[in-house]
Amino acid sequence: MADQAPLICRDIHKTFDQLEVLKGISLETRKGDVVSLIGSSGSGKSTFLRCINLLETPTSGDIIVHGDPIRFTTNRKGERIPADNKQVELIRAKLSMVFQSFNLWSHMTVLENIIEAPIHVLKVPKKEAIERAEAYLNKVGIYERKDYYPAQMSGGQQQRAAIARALAMEPEVMLFDEPTSALDPELVGEVLKVMQSLAEEGRTMIVVTHEMAFARDVSTQVLFLHQGVIEEQGTPDKVFDNPDSERMKHFLAPNF
Amino acid sequence: MIDLKGYGPELLDGAVVTIELAFLSLALALALGLIGASAKLSGNRLATGIATTYTTLIRGVPDLVMMMLFYYGGQVVVNMLSDYIWETYEIDFFFQFDPFISGVITIGLIFGAYMTETFRGAFLAVETGQIEAARAYGFTRLHTFRRIMIPQMMRHALPGIGNNWQVLLKTTALVSIIGLTDMVRVAEEAAKAERMPFHFFIPVAFVYLSLTAISELFIKWLDKRANVGVIQGG
Repeated sequence: MADQAPLICRDIHKTFDQLEVLKGISLETRKGDVVSLIGSSGSGKSTFLRCINLLETPTSGDIIVHGDPIRFTTNRKGERIPADNKQVELIRAKLSMVFQSFNLWSHMTVLENIIEAPIHVLKVPKKEAIERAEAYLNKVGIYERKDYYPAQMSGGQQQRAAIARALAMEPEVMLFDEPTSALDPELVGEVLKVMQSLAEEGRTMIVVTHEMAFARDVSTQVLFLHQGVIEEQGTPDKVFDNPDSERMKHFLAPNF
Repeated sequence: MIDLKGYGPELLDGAVVTIELAFLSLALALALGLIGASAKLSGNRLATGIATTYTTLIRGVPDLVMMMLFYYGGQVVVNMLSDYIWETYEIDFFFQFDPFISGVITIGLIFGAYMTETFRGAFLAVETGQIEAARAYGFTRLHTFRRIMIPQMMRHALPGIGNNWQVLLKTTALVSIIGLTDMVRVAEEAAKAERMPFHFFIPVAFVYLSLTAISELFIKWLDKRANVGVIQGG
């Protein structure tokens, strides 16, 4: 099916020990959606993002990636775990993630970082992987840094390299976990600009962010999380200009 | 050149034995260290238990005692096994536990325990974000281990490996006590026969010293390679 939803999450719950961090989050995306997850620290937005690609295993709820539901089973301790590691690896390859602290592999050059997963996970021939990587490096504007090691670049350049790494997987959905929070203020713009151009190309993105201007101007859907539940959800116009929730109004207040 | 009173070729052979013993023991120690560290970090209680027992036992017993235990005890075990196999299957199996093999096994086991701790610390020093990125991109566990964990932990492990190697090299001298004709053993015999201890032991000391000096240079070079991509402070 051509316009099958790239990602559907149904009633995701996550409990750490006794603490219930997510209390039933659902999300349905269409191709080309840019979903911003906003909310204060501890609201569960990063945990939700990490549940999507199973860096955390949801305690309950369904995740369906392009029509393919992730299968779960229960281990001896009674914890829910993914049933099939192969399936998880396949699904992760379709949901590439950009981290707050970049997490580029520090012992590899930028180019090596970008071709590693396409070659070894997607089995793309090396020559093609390099061509692809160079094209994406051009796109994020750091082609001339391709032989640098991550530590030799600024935070903004590292994060753009990490975005190129994510793009090289040609993923169904890109997951961004506070991609600008670890950056010096003057470097935030260059990363947001790249992200905006990706949104304009019609890439499906889920972005955990504190950048309200980005959420308002670039997203198609905004989810405001508070204490593990969706307090407010809708188009940016609705959520920012005409919210129903008192908490959302309160959350926005300092921004005006 | 000093006159080695005709012991020169024998001393040289002894030095070769010392080097062979050291390298084989190192290989065994590195393998045991990687296995031990993986076991300790596996989260599996049985594997952790076995690895902890191993390191505790080995580190608590003097090297010399261990060596004698393996040399004399090892032969007894082999003899028992040999009798059993003969009686049960009528297969003639025998294996002489010579000082060289005992030496490799003992030194390998001892330094395997130290390497276990070195590798364990080094694995823990790898940033979790590096491993998380590998998982998030669909790497298998083996691939993550081989391409991300090993190269990243090497940087932290090399100084420890270097230390262990230097101590290991010097520990090989102990094997002369259980009768291995290594460099030390030859020197000891020569020194007794000729009543010239300085004359034979000082050259031996120089051989050890030059081996450790060369190792140090090599480890520095390795360290530089392992630290590629890291900006050094100071």
